[in-house]
Amino acid sequence: MDQNTRFLTETVLRISGVDPRKCMKCGKCSGTCPNYDAMEYHPHQFVSMVENGLIEQLMNSNAVYLCLGCMACVERCPRHVAPGKLVGALAQLKLRKQDGNHKGGNDIAAMADEKVPQQLLMAAMRKYRK
Amino acid sequence: MPKIGVFVCWCGSNIAGTVDVEAVSEAMKTVPGVVFSTNYQYMCSAAGQKMIADAIHEYHLDGIVVASCSPRMHENTFRKTAQAAGLNPYMVEIANIREQCSWIHKDKEEGTRKAIVLAKAAVAKLLHNQPLQAGTSAVTKRCLVIGGGIAGIQTALDVANAGYEVDIVEQRPTIGGRMAQLDKTFPTLDCSACILTPKMVEAAQNEKIRIISYAKVEKVEGFVGNFRATIRKKARFIDENKCTGCSLCMQKCPSKKGRDEFNMEMNNRPAIYIPFAQAIPNVAVIDPEQCIKLKSGKCGLCEKVCSAGAINYQQKDELLEREYGAIVVATGFRPMDPSPLNELGYAENKDVITSLELERLMNAAGPTKGTLLRPSDLKHPREIVFIQCVGSRCDENTNRGKPYCSKICCMYTAKHAMLIRDKYPDTNVHVFYIDVRTPGKNFDEFYRRAVEQYGVDYIKGMVGKVAREGDKLMVRGSDLINNRQVEIAADLVVLATAIEPDPSARSIGTMLTASMDTNDFFTEAHAKLRPVESPTAGIFLSGVAQGPKDVPETVAQASAAASKVIGLLAKDHLVTNPCVALSDELLCNGCSQCEKVCPYGAITYENREVRGPGVREVRRVARVNPAVCQGCGACTVTCPSGAMDLKGFTNQQIMAEVDAICL
Amino acid sequence: MIYSYYPGCTLKDRARQLDLYARASAAALGLELKELTQWQCCGAVYPAASDDIASRLSAVRALMNTEEKKLVTMCSACHHVLKRTNFDWKQDATFRTRATNYLQPEVPYDGSVEVVHFLELLRDEIGFDELKKKVVNPLTGRKIGAFYGCLLLRPSKVLSFDDPENPTIMENFIRALGAEPVSYPYRNECCGAYVAMEDQKSAQTQVERALNSAVAAGCEELITACPLCMYNLVENATVHRLPVKYFTELLAEALGVKEA
Repeated sequence: MDQNTRFLTETVLRISGVDPRKCMKCGKCSGTCPNYDAMEYHPHQFVSMVENGLIEQLMNSNAVYLCLGCMACVERCPRHVAPGKLVGALAQLKLRKQDGNHKGGNDIAAMADEKVPQQLLMAAMRKYRK
Repeated sequence: MPKIGVFVCWCGSNIAGTVDVEAVSEAMKTVPGVVFSTNYQYMCSAAGQKMIADAIHEYHLDGIVVASCSPRMHENTFRKTAQAAGLNPYMVEIANIREQCSWIHKDKEEGTRKAIVLAKAAVAKLLHNQPLQAGTSAVTKRCLVIGGGIAGIQTALDVANAGYEVDIVEQRPTIGGRMAQLDKTFPTLDCSACILTPKMVEAAQNEKIRIISYAKVEKVEGFVGNFRATIRKKARFIDENKCTGCSLCMQKCPSKKGRDEFNMEMNNRPAIYIPFAQAIPNVAVIDPEQCIKLKSGKCGLCEKVCSAGAINYQQKDELLEREYGAIVVATGFRPMDPSPLNELGYAENKDVITSLELERLMNAAGPTKGTLLRPSDLKHPREIVFIQCVGSRCDENTNRGKPYCSKICCMYTAKHAMLIRDKYPDTNVHVFYIDVRTPGKNFDEFYRRAVEQYGVDYIKGMVGKVAREGDKLMVRGSDLINNRQVEIAADLVVLATAIEPDPSARSIGTMLTASMDTNDFFTEAHAKLRPVESPTAGIFLSGVAQGPKDVPETVAQASAAASKVIGLLAKDHLVTNPCVALSDELLCNGCSQCEKVCPYGAITYENREVRGPGVREVRRVARVNPAVCQGCGACTVTCPSGAMDLKGFTNQQIMAEVDAICL
Repeated sequence: MIYSYYPGCTLKDRARQLDLYARASAAALGLELKELTQWQCCGAVYPAASDDIASRLSAVRALMNTEEKKLVTMCSACHHVLKRTNFDWKQDATFRTRATNYLQPEVPYDGSVEVVHFLELLRDEIGFDELKKKVVNPLTGRKIGAFYGCLLLRPSKVLSFDDPENPTIMENFIRALGAEPVSYPYRNECCGAYVAMEDQKSAQTQVERALNSAVAAGCEELITACPLCMYNLVENATVHRLPVKYFTELLAEALGVKEA
């Protein structure tokens, strides 16, 4: 594992509080994930790939933005691994990089129709940009 | 001053790796009282023991300290060595420099320092040791088996066949336990009832075995060889000696709303019932919650139709007092309630069932007479999904189940899948699994047969949600090998739920002072070398009460427990532990506190003439029965006047040890 | 009883009905909801990173400005963020210290505020049996399903709102109002709103699953406590469609204060 990968891995584990070694690779998370089909990588892969140093692959994937944040995998994981927290933390890590914004403020405003609740707009602002 | 020898053991590199054994034996030479000190690679070996015996003779030692492993391992060994060399065996002290020192330290200097301190403490104690003589106690040649499943039955049969009396106390109205509820048994697929019921009959017919059903052990006193148990035989409102088991009462009983426990409550039974056709004893029982006569005084129909005159509405609970030399715990298991994992829909959907419920649905004596029909609409299921590890292998920080593998689920699921595919080839069977664990004779071959011969679809992955949609159960889960999420429209979903100890186990464990783990399984005296004994003397473990196991393993363990029981009952006398409590009459103020804390009932109070310097009067004082006392020491720490002391562990000895460490 | 009340941004605009009917119903039930004199955004989303202090500060401010013992929430999203931040305050000393250092409050927040959703208030303080007695227009004959979504239920150890897999609070609420609650399996799954702007198709998939499940079970209308679910269930419905109301509107209707 190179230095950058190690740094990223350590950071994401620290800020997410996830311990991938607790995973028994049962696939409950991916069995319960409501947005499985839309995501390039699936919840169980997030856990395994972080452990195996494939973190940048995950960070470069749009999958981190397609997690619904619904915590079904967190709630139902029998090993207390909480893959969803890892996905969220990876998205955060991505934002923290230079030019790491996923969308700018204007992009977000442009995406919203007139019925979008304010809460959703605010959430997008928080999730997609620094 | 007594002459003491010190023997420091290397235990190969176990101790010598982290403790400088040479430095320890050297340091001990300067301790007052020590006239000889040495070290050796394996003190427990024949050569090591000879070294000790020789030193005892040569230096006329009065006592020895062996600095080695835990006294649980070799205290007995060295006591025998000392005794053979002419020493009183209680003039031996062990300094545990392995488990309590070398194994837990990394720094050799620190480890060496601690080892010296521990050895010094042992010497300090030994200087106050007195030779003790062990007594003997008689053995009651009868065994109590708690639980009448296959484990309890097997143990009882083996003990009885060796010529000893056995009582089986079973909480349900019949013996047979969980195995009686199974349809077929893996890996040979023989019918469970066909192999179990002959054993039940054998137990009933064995004149050495007494079956006390519908009963529970309420109190146990005494100690190994001399237990006294109080057994509550619940009122079944039937005269067991008169009932012929004709079951006419069952047919006539107008109250039919009792839940049939034997069929996992999937159908109703009358208020008066015999759990199943081969029940033993084959005697009816009245459920007082359902019986119209017992609840309102009206009805009495069963009494009218019973030609044997066996019905007795006035019957009361009966208390039996029995004495035993040994007690076997065979309390078994129950399937875990899968409700905490409600994304699988067990609570809301009749067609989401547990594997034990499926056993009853497939059994000829079950609610569907052996035709596989799903509970909601009694239709043949054509698409069946099995889910393994439901509630097993869960992290303790979740509330989702047990941390352990339940061990039997992989095999019974393969069995269910195979049987269904065999009987209903037009039915598709899918099994969601994490791992398939089949370590048993002919087990993996069995599982492969389910896949290769019967075409059972094994999907590596877990189910996230079971949702009813119309008359289908939509099962969404991961298919990890194919890297996809699948949704199966199933007719029936079967959960391979974790097994957990029977809820009665915890209170029985407390009553017997038999230790249990955090999952309420009974703990063995030694995980590898004494797997069928409880650390509490005279208590033995049989079947799933000790941990998850299948039928063949249960039977093997049940027979192993029986052999241990027989070994105990074959003795006429047991050597008692001389390290028992002793009360100083002069100091005793008669407060009774020791009597209250004694877990063995070994302390009584009596009026006795007490004589001492300037004292001659009758006082109420504590008296310890040395045959009953187990030397736990609870009384000595409770006694406010310092009158109670424990031989071999006197206050003086303990304080000397503490001083040696702290001063 | 007087309760502090945190409406949140959306209830001042897009989800005005959620707020409006809540106030009318509370008055009818003799509950005084006292809006915080000062509040900002709840934080919108609970942060995924445990070292992210800043995005929880506004939630801490709301908790600090709470005068009564209980802070009542109405919007599922606000409830989620406030409840979890309050939980963190009690559990996580680092967060507590850093947030306090940043905010420099005159009186440090002591963690004593209890964040309560209005539904919990109805269940635990009024009681559904009592609520039933106050109903003037029982909603007899209506088959109503509750859509819980994810934010009220998970993570259950922190939210401790109801059984996360088999919740019943809203069904009991519906029953108390005289309607027939219809339980359906997907009521506790995610509506997908958080990705609705990024990937409408994903959101539509979730909505279709939820509505399909509700329709199959026999729901004729739905209620929700969440402005995000409301938006998504209405705007991103594709095959199936059901009328969706805020639970407060249903309550106001039953209490006879809807038009007031």
